[in-house]
Amino acid sequence: MTHEPARRGSHSLDPHLHRYAARATGMTASEVRALFAVASRPEVVSLAGGMPNLAALPLDSLSAEVGELIAAEGLTALQYGSAHGVPALREHICDVMALEGITGHPDDMVVTVGSQMALDLVTRIFCDPGDVVLAEGPSYVGALGTFASYQADVVHVAMDDQGLQPEALREALAATQRAGRRVKFLYTVPTFQNPAGVTLAVSRRAEVLDICAAAGVLVVEDNPYGLLGFDGQTYPALRSMDHENVIYLGSFSKTFASGLRVGWALAPHAVREKLVLAAESAALCAPTLNQLIVSRYLETHDWKGQIKSFQQTYRERRDAMLSALEQHMPAGCTWTRPDGGFFVWLTVPEGVDTKAMQPRAVTQRVAYVPGTGFYADGFGSRQMRLSFCYPTPERITEGVRRLAGVLADEIDLLATFGPTASRLMSGPQTPSPDTE
Amino acid sequence: MSDQWVAVLSGGLSHERDVSLRSGRRLSTALRSVGLTVEEWDADSSLLTRLREHRPDAVVVALHGGEGENGSIQTIFEMLRIPFVGADSHACRRAWDKPTAKAELARAGLATPDWVVLPHSTFRELGAAPVLDAMVDRLGLPLMLKPDQGGSALGAHVVHDASELPAAMVGCLAYSETVLAERFVAGTEVAVTVIDTDGGPTALPAVEIVPERGVYDYTARYTAGLTDFHTPARLDERATAAVADLAVAAHKLLGLRDVSRTDAVVTPDGTAHFLEVNLSPGLTETSLLPMAIEASGQSLGEIYAALIDRAVARQAGDPQ
Repeated sequence: MTHEPARRGSHSLDPHLHRYAARATGMTASEVRALFAVASRPEVVSLAGGMPNLAALPLDSLSAEVGELIAAEGLTALQYGSAHGVPALREHICDVMALEGITGHPDDMVVTVGSQMALDLVTRIFCDPGDVVLAEGPSYVGALGTFASYQADVVHVAMDDQGLQPEALREALAATQRAGRRVKFLYTVPTFQNPAGVTLAVSRRAEVLDICAAAGVLVVEDNPYGLLGFDGQTYPALRSMDHENVIYLGSFSKTFASGLRVGWALAPHAVREKLVLAAESAALCAPTLNQLIVSRYLETHDWKGQIKSFQQTYRERRDAMLSALEQHMPAGCTWTRPDGGFFVWLTVPEGVDTKAMQPRAVTQRVAYVPGTGFYADGFGSRQMRLSFCYPTPERITEGVRRLAGVLADEIDLLATFGPTASRLMSGPQTPSPDTE
Repeated sequence: MSDQWVAVLSGGLSHERDVSLRSGRRLSTALRSVGLTVEEWDADSSLLTRLREHRPDAVVVALHGGEGENGSIQTIFEMLRIPFVGADSHACRRAWDKPTAKAELARAGLATPDWVVLPHSTFRELGAAPVLDAMVDRLGLPLMLKPDQGGSALGAHVVHDASELPAAMVGCLAYSETVLAERFVAGTEVAVTVIDTDGGPTALPAVEIVPERGVYDYTARYTAGLTDFHTPARLDERATAAVADLAVAAHKLLGLRDVSRTDAVVTPDGTAHFLEVNLSPGLTETSLLPMAIEASGQSLGEIYAALIDRAVARQAGDPQ
């Protein structure tokens, strides 16, 4: 940026403006974020956030455990730890990952401040500005933010209701290579994807891995929802099928407690070495106390039973959302039908721009996330993400009813102003996973 | 200086909740710095109970948009006979509605860009294309579209080409059922704060707004550094007087009280054109009113403490 310091007699309000790195250019106030401020008010049904529902956690026994932990191991728990992570926790994480077929070694793991930090570290050690990261379209908004902060360019790969399309992946790789671009990795949430709610079909998994291996492209598998299948079903993790070319990111945020911010990366040994060094420079270590809390929890609690309880909770909420969508949505809307995770991906009739419609939704006391947030290239204007993880089934039903009214009003408005009223600023339409 | 305890009301459920929460926090800090006891309250369903049970000596409204500026919350204070800073409910209703405020000023002979006001229903019933054509014929291009009510430039669009109109209308009508279309007036964009003092309404130095990207939209307003501000505005003596007179006139004509902020454009011939008036001006780190106060050599806390004293004295003098 080439801004001059504030001129004499003027205020720029930010005297450091000319000093920021180019990657800070996009860090500005936005109407969309501002509108989310009302989502925290109880009058608003928020179908926007992805907050896990922690109500079923055994808070009394956890409280006692934490007290005992500090009494017995306080001098360790409150001290710096290694960047690698608490050894006992890494052992337990291997048991967790085994549920999805992964045989990992604790030495090949780095414990991080949530899997978000793990993704940050992976991007840090692999991506130079201008490198290409392939990601599903749509993709997790937090990942897109990380890639942008390292000035990596995202190329989206189309999905359908069976997840990432292998043919689209081949085409994306070929196109980027033809353009002389360097693809560093494929970032994917293959199971109960955020935001689309779809799962990469088992029959496609080996094919996706083969395509990436043949192209010399790493796979970064982000799997925070894999154990939240509503019927208790699990899918083989990509990492369980390929030890060499997959970096696996895991998290306790959805299966235990998001506020503890404990996640991990499981990586091929050489990569793990670099991740540890990167973790040291980023945070020295993940909080020792939190790691020990998770470790104790896995030792002393029926964590598998707790996950079953979460599955039941989320299944009820998913059912409420799908039923309400069926009952209330106007003609022309389609949506995904997730069998795990937190999210439904809704596609609205042609011409409706979910970002432009958002103020109307706020007025009607319902919040969602416009689809454009999940694309790095302006796509997604006809989509929105709806979360069913946090509100009660009754609130979900009410929220969907309100949303249907908002959509009906927006469709009426578009009928008034005609097809050119579709806002160009939100980018083109996009193929999107749904059930059609 | 007073020793009252005051409730600063912020948040609410309007589209401007985020800005309001920031205004409320900044104002509370400023009031505490001059020795007042302050509680920060959200405008929620517990408000009436809290007002009745805790009965603050005065309330300062830092709510932006909707209930905070349209006279609704002021009616509550009036019913409960609780002193509050700002215009009474009747004046709020008049000034909050942008077309009504423009009409009042135009009637008094003050300059304001030519405008038309149309609800969605008119476009639906008469057909959008002929109505939009008539709008362009009347106002020319470029033109300004904004919701008839609301602030922070939410839903506002500068339309340069008629082909942009339908999309801009949809964006604007997402915030309100009625749109205000104005002839676009190019010139120096300024904001003038008016404060009531014992000597009557007084204009503070005008703040000139120079957005880096040319448009003073939401992002330019609330991202520090994306807009340059000049205080006082780089206007000649005559234009400086003209904008100050315009702001004081708006304050008086609309029956406003304590504090207001008028947004205006000064054309090269020195004429000040009224755009809109704000009843609960933003008080965030990037807001215009605190800059004007600073330029006047006073502090936000001192100014608002004096306004609180006025509100308390006003209520004491009018116990009914």
